[in-house]
Amino acid sequence: MGQFGIGQPVRRKEDVRLLTGKGVYTDDVNIDGQVFAVFVRSPQAHATINSIDIQPALAAEGVIAIYTGDDLAADGVGTLETEVEMSDLAGNPMFRPKRTLLATGKVRFLGEPVAVVLAETQEQARAAAELVMVDYDQLPSIASTSGAVDPSSPPVWPEHGSNVSVHWENRPASEIDVHMERAKTRVTVDIVNNRLVPNPMEPRAAVAQFDAETGVMTLYAPTQGGRRIQGGLAKGILKIPADKMRVISQDTGGGFGIRGKLYPELGVVCWAARRSGRPVKWRGDRSETFVSDYHGRDQVNHAEMGLDENGRVVALKVHTILNVGAYMGENGPRLPISGGGRIIPGVYDIANFYFSVKPVFTNTVPTDTYRGAGRPEANFLMERLMDAAADATGLSRDEVRRRNVIRQDQMPYMTQMGLLIDSGDFIGNMDMAMEHSDWKGFEARRKDSEKTGKLRGIGIGNFVEAAGGRPTEEMRVRISPDGKATVFAGTYSHGQGHETVYAQLIEEYLGVPFADVSLVQGDTATSPMGSAGTFGSRSSWMGGLGIRKSSDAVIAKGRKIAAKLLQGEEEGVTFENGVFSAGAGSVTIQEVAKAAQEPKNLPEGMEPGLDESFHVKRDAELFNFPNGCHVCEVEVDPDLGIVQIVRYTAVDDCGVVLNPFIVHGQVYGGVAQGIGQALTENTVYDAEGQLMTGSFMDYGMPKAQHFSHIEALFNEVPCKTNELGVKGAGEAGACGAPSAFVSAVMDALKPYGIRHLDMPLTPDRVWQAIAEAKSDKAA
Amino acid sequence: MLTDVNMTINGREVSGKVEARTLLVEFIRDHLKLTGTHVGCDTTQCGCCVVHVDGRAVKSCTILALQARGTSVTTIEGLAKPDGSLHPMQEAFREHHGLQCGFCTPGMVMMGIDIARRHPNADEHTVRHELEGNICRCTGYQGIVEAIVDASRTMATAGEKV
Repeated sequence: MGQFGIGQPVRRKEDVRLLTGKGVYTDDVNIDGQVFAVFVRSPQAHATINSIDIQPALAAEGVIAIYTGDDLAADGVGTLETEVEMSDLAGNPMFRPKRTLLATGKVRFLGEPVAVVLAETQEQARAAAELVMVDYDQLPSIASTSGAVDPSSPPVWPEHGSNVSVHWENRPASEIDVHMERAKTRVTVDIVNNRLVPNPMEPRAAVAQFDAETGVMTLYAPTQGGRRIQGGLAKGILKIPADKMRVISQDTGGGFGIRGKLYPELGVVCWAARRSGRPVKWRGDRSETFVSDYHGRDQVNHAEMGLDENGRVVALKVHTILNVGAYMGENGPRLPISGGGRIIPGVYDIANFYFSVKPVFTNTVPTDTYRGAGRPEANFLMERLMDAAADATGLSRDEVRRRNVIRQDQMPYMTQMGLLIDSGDFIGNMDMAMEHSDWKGFEARRKDSEKTGKLRGIGIGNFVEAAGGRPTEEMRVRISPDGKATVFAGTYSHGQGHETVYAQLIEEYLGVPFADVSLVQGDTATSPMGSAGTFGSRSSWMGGLGIRKSSDAVIAKGRKIAAKLLQGEEEGVTFENGVFSAGAGSVTIQEVAKAAQEPKNLPEGMEPGLDESFHVKRDAELFNFPNGCHVCEVEVDPDLGIVQIVRYTAVDDCGVVLNPFIVHGQVYGGVAQGIGQALTENTVYDAEGQLMTGSFMDYGMPKAQHFSHIEALFNEVPCKTNELGVKGAGEAGACGAPSAFVSAVMDALKPYGIRHLDMPLTPDRVWQAIAEAKSDKAA
Repeated sequence: MLTDVNMTINGREVSGKVEARTLLVEFIRDHLKLTGTHVGCDTTQCGCCVVHVDGRAVKSCTILALQARGTSVTTIEGLAKPDGSLHPMQEAFREHHGLQCGFCTPGMVMMGIDIARRHPNADEHTVRHELEGNICRCTGYQGIVEAIVDASRTMATAGEKV
């Protein structure tokens, strides 16, 4: 419908505000009488805290108070723990340590907060924090992911005895071994999936105010929807009723999964506001991002795959070690299991699948959900296996994939792990990507590059992910007497453009003009009670469905009112393009909304107003499956090791596309984060657990020059399990990019016999590999 | 010790008292409450704080307020016309989806104008390399690059002077 309806490339409503400096991010919030909080953080990776002397700092100018973990404990402040519970096949549960908001007794990673200083100004708080004297006794530490499974590695939690929290398996390995034995070809890959710092551009911040009269605690903070944080803070930390805890996020400068979490600093700032009686503001800086925001990825995978004489996969075994860090994040341990591990077989029809996961503790920042949350790791692993299978069988890289993908006539396809893939055109994705990338013309381009001394490579990567996150979401739609529509949401746009897309839906469903629709979000006081937030590529599905169902309820009620206004029967009233009609008479939805205020216009017993909510509840095991195929082309300078992307083609099936302009943006951003992982980004700890990449000076954020133009295309196959036909879009790019890119670089390096390098493929790493290959040849 | 500082911001004469160590961005954000200019790092890498000082792009976290004494500063708030019509660079960012979360955006727009002024009719390669000092985590830079390329043409054609 119209230029603003579903499927139109509508320009964003939110842009003028954000382009003119009128966005309101948390550091832009100031409350009269506020004091500034600065955290004292551990400079040690692992140490016993002997004592904390706050006296010199307390005497410093402007200092209001200094609190330590003992103060929190004495006041009954709660602790953080993971939501994840898992057991091994014998039923032994995983070890789930609790985390105090401020470290007590010991510090277990560099950057862990130990105390908080409140002062009148930011500068005074910062200066006083330098005067807090913490006496540490250093303990042996462990940072290495693969090293942490060694029983002799220094234990992060001696009370557990081992750094392996649990050895989880989907089934006994022996069940798969029988299938592996009949394979004609076996391939193995070993992968270090590098640890990343998500780094949204807005550093974390918080402003908390406690109203002693009403008992209401108000927290301003960047989130991905405040409802979950509200619950965690109220129930778990502050021990107050949820309705006394209000969380507000006006604008948030990027999320990527890690913003939806309840961080210790949020609890401390709230509690300090209550304890001190002053509003408290904390403005985290980028250095704190690096040492305290949850990190992403950090897995070590060993996988073996067997193929028969036709190049069909007969068995797959995967062993994963996940570095959870010093504590367990809210969802961190879930990522290689129910998050991503379950879809390791990806777009392929693989009947015999075994996987095991060992989440291990180390003296590092805890890891948790970061764009893709386990799925990029799974897809990368599977695609590296497919490239290895191509090498081993002599089939081309696309042919070995074609022989194994799940075909459309197999849909709906129930995976080994119980996921029902309802739809997808995996062969079509490959065809489209290879055609638009001119795969056939590649050899000519390779020769052209050779003439300039460059090695050219092309790579392909398929992916599929399971999207949707938590199974409930509630939305509310109100048509005011002035005819304007408002969507009240607990989903939360922190860059995704919900203000625009939700307005498109309202225009489509209710005929209220796009310009007359507004979105209220980012405040637990206005978001529906059943809301959860924005993560796991869920807002178009769960939020969109909530809007659709709420709109249906608005129409149903409106029809009753229109029938009375038109003096007809409800059954005879039709609704189209915002107009209720019965016989020759008609009335607009705006007129109905106005009339709905007057009880005299309403059928007996009907509440006034046109204001309906819908609580979407789905089966927790029902997901949708965004999928696609990406092709990447690179040039490698063998003398410098520099890899330059020269062409990138992304084919995505996000189901029905509500706004191609915005969904393309999600694809570009996801690809950039995937390429960031594969080309520039790496989080490096030394053996003592000191973070070597603690700022933008040493951590390789991808820049504009690292990319070429990305050609993004849709192979739209509507999802069959929701009425909108949508699939997730936010995480797809990050799932497709690493494998396509690494495949391309390995193709370029084939003349040297280099078949796998771990990400990121920095000039140093590529140059070293070439140099070693040359010296091997010479020898 | 506090020192007097005065400058012109977005065409308006402003003055204040600052410490010697006060950064220009702190003066802009904390003293003048112009919060459109953002701080995204502490090492001068991200470019979220770019403003124009006497017509040139400057990272406002990297000079002292006192160094800007007597200058004319333009921030993101000073670009649109009083009637609300957007600068061609702002318009191009909107048209090409050059922003998602909006946090790096003010710095990107200010930098984009600087690039366009120095490179009328800029090509994609030039823009990508000129953006070395600005980081975006949302957009993959695609819309940003397209916007700057496009606006560099519009501005060149219009003989744009801001």
